Amino acid sequence: MKTTHLMAATALALVSGLGTTGARADDLTLCWAAWDPANALIELSKDFEATSGHKMSFEFVPWPNFADRMLNELNSGGQLCDLMIGDSQWIGLGAEAGHYVKLNDFFEAEGISMADFIPATVTGYSEWPKGTPNYWALPAFGDVVGWTYRRDWFERPELQAEFREMHGRDLAPPKTLAELKDIAAFFQGREIDGTTVYGAAIYTERGSEGITMGVTNALYNFGFLYENPDKPYDMDGYVNSPEAAAGLEFYKALYDCCTPPGSSDWYMSENIDAYKSGQVALQMNFAFIWPGVNADPNVGGDRSGYFPNPAGPGGHFAQLGGQGISVVSYSDSQAAALEYIKWFAQPEVQKKWWELGGYSALRAVVEDPGFATSQPYAQTFLDSMAIVKDFWAEPAYASLLLSMQDRVHKYVIAGEGTAQEALDKLVEDWVEVFEDEGKL
Amino acid sequence: MGETTIERAAKATPPKLARRIRGLSDRAIAWIFVAPTIFLLLAVNIFPLIWTIRLSFTNFRANRPNAEVKWIGLRNYERILTDSDIWLTMQATAHFLFWTIVLQVLLGFALAWFINQKFRGSNFWTTVIVLPMMLSPAVVGNFWTFLYQPQIGLFNYSVAFLTGADPTSFSMIGDTGLAPWAIVIVDTWMWTPFVMLICLAGLRSIPDSIYEAAECDRASKWRQFWTITVPMVLPFLMLAVLFRGIENFKMFDLVVQLTGGGPGNITTLTSIDLKREAFEKWRTGYSSAYAIILFVTVFGLASIYVKALNRVKER
Repeated sequence: MKTTHLMAATALALVSGLGTTGARADDLTLCWAAWDPANALIELSKDFEATSGHKMSFEFVPWPNFADRMLNELNSGGQLCDLMIGDSQWIGLGAEAGHYVKLNDFFEAEGISMADFIPATVTGYSEWPKGTPNYWALPAFGDVVGWTYRRDWFERPELQAEFREMHGRDLAPPKTLAELKDIAAFFQGREIDGTTVYGAAIYTERGSEGITMGVTNALYNFGFLYENPDKPYDMDGYVNSPEAAAGLEFYKALYDCCTPPGSSDWYMSENIDAYKSGQVALQMNFAFIWPGVNADPNVGGDRSGYFPNPAGPGGHFAQLGGQGISVVSYSDSQAAALEYIKWFAQPEVQKKWWELGGYSALRAVVEDPGFATSQPYAQTFLDSMAIVKDFWAEPAYASLLLSMQDRVHKYVIAGEGTAQEALDKLVEDWVEVFEDEGKL
Repeated sequence: MGETTIERAAKATPPKLARRIRGLSDRAIAWIFVAPTIFLLLAVNIFPLIWTIRLSFTNFRANRPNAEVKWIGLRNYERILTDSDIWLTMQATAHFLFWTIVLQVLLGFALAWFINQKFRGSNFWTTVIVLPMMLSPAVVGNFWTFLYQPQIGLFNYSVAFLTGADPTSFSMIGDTGLAPWAIVIVDTWMWTPFVMLICLAGLRSIPDSIYEAAECDRASKWRQFWTITVPMVLPFLMLAVLFRGIENFKMFDLVVQLTGGGPGNITTLTSIDLKREAFEKWRTGYSSAYAIILFVTVFGLASIYVKALNRVKER
């Protein structure tokens, strides 16, 4: 009798506990990279704290260590993060290893439709397997590789005249990769206002993902494909096609001819520094930096312009960046974490997110008639998001990425072998990875 | 006659405990004291080693706890030993190890000999010289990347000043020919003071009377150096080589901060490569085999070296 009473009381307590989950104030920790948008998110999340009563904490890790630190956290089943804004390529691992909570039922119950988000971001940040309606994240931050240029230098009459004489066209944002190289070469080693400047700051970093995020912007546009569109994981002749090799040769040529001395290990922050300090005319970087460039006292406002990654002979694409927000399956505060996602998906919150410097992926925000003119870089962001392509999002993405970092850096920066050899070896590495995965 | 300490301790021991201990042999009591240490050693060193050996024969991946773990025999070892890229990292490690040790021993000994001359201000200079090794390797790596910057780096400007070359014409960490030397230079800058301190201890341990006897025998300074100084400092020097060898074999932070293992993988040392395999690619089985191969190599080399060291000491 005593036992029955105890069980009934326990059940009652559990039921009442579940029923009041929404009302309980939780401490939520959101994990993301340490960069400008993260500061905007702290600001934005104050509204959530005020409306929900939950307290938000943040764990931000600098980009070069972000994947290492956070994937270790997930792989060890750590409970540090309740919400994870993980990189787009982690989605396969997050889903298959059980790190992320599947959100389909939650989206359905709360009336959150993936059709309301930019399709490329849904595919890139939320779906696993790709192309199937299985959602593991809500698109949180749209991002893409694009270019920044010194508009004030481009508009100088003497430079305009010299460039026109040299190339027979105006010194203007390039439409093709070949034009981009011409412009970069034009500025390389030039004296401007008594200082030697250089052509372009491009991604060359070795340790994490830098050079891969850069070189793909050339590879895609020359005809590189990750696999046979009709036969998954069939890579020979696609990854290492002659067109792909030409793309890799182009990137090396750009590095050799038109980058600042000593830029052999540069990624986002080094490119920003080079651009803001007036060392380079062009800068390759993710779109997240544009609000910071626009507000910069030295190069901001009218002094800078923005353009999408130029087209190549094989197509017009740009490397996708950005992330989705997921609920970590090891969290004890999943209900409150889901509450955050529900709040974050609201159109008015997404609008404010854009105003604070976060790139919203909600169509209601980006398709608003005033969006394209709301910031000097808004139209470029829209144009760039229309041409995105992403790296592998397989569970073994880290192995695939590290192989590409290795092979590409050896060729582009160290000058070892030929482009064709580098890509042939990359295929060998990737075949080995997929064999280990049991997919080949 | 008063009580001895032992008698007082015996009286203070609670009778229950005393009864229990009284029944134990000396050997058993010794085991009781040693057992916690043995247990800790087994738990922290031996068990992980055995576990690593076991994992090295499997395809286990630590980031896939639910995946099936297959026994694949010697496949991991075969892959590693036939992988040309791994031999390149071994080569890079050997180059780094050899040149850092040679330079640090030569410079460290020279500095120690110089400081040992006991001139005015020698203590001040000792402090100045040992400053680099007090810094964190990550900090050292970071600021040397600035020193090596072709456009603003002090190193490039110094070389340009001395040779007349254009400072932007070479990149210490971006050039495949220079990058291996760039990491050697930084490690030598940072750790030569350590070798110097050990050599200094060796030099100061030589009694003046030996030199005085040599003077009486009219031995030249050169002869004194080769027949007294070098042999008596040699055990210290060999110890310094052992310490630096072990440290540099596992070098990681400084090089990662400086070059990230690049350009290409020209400065990817085995420890960097192993870390990438184990904690970035998460090939746990493969990296266990890699670790075992390195362990056997280091253990073998260290054993030979320690034997030689003991022989020198016995002379």
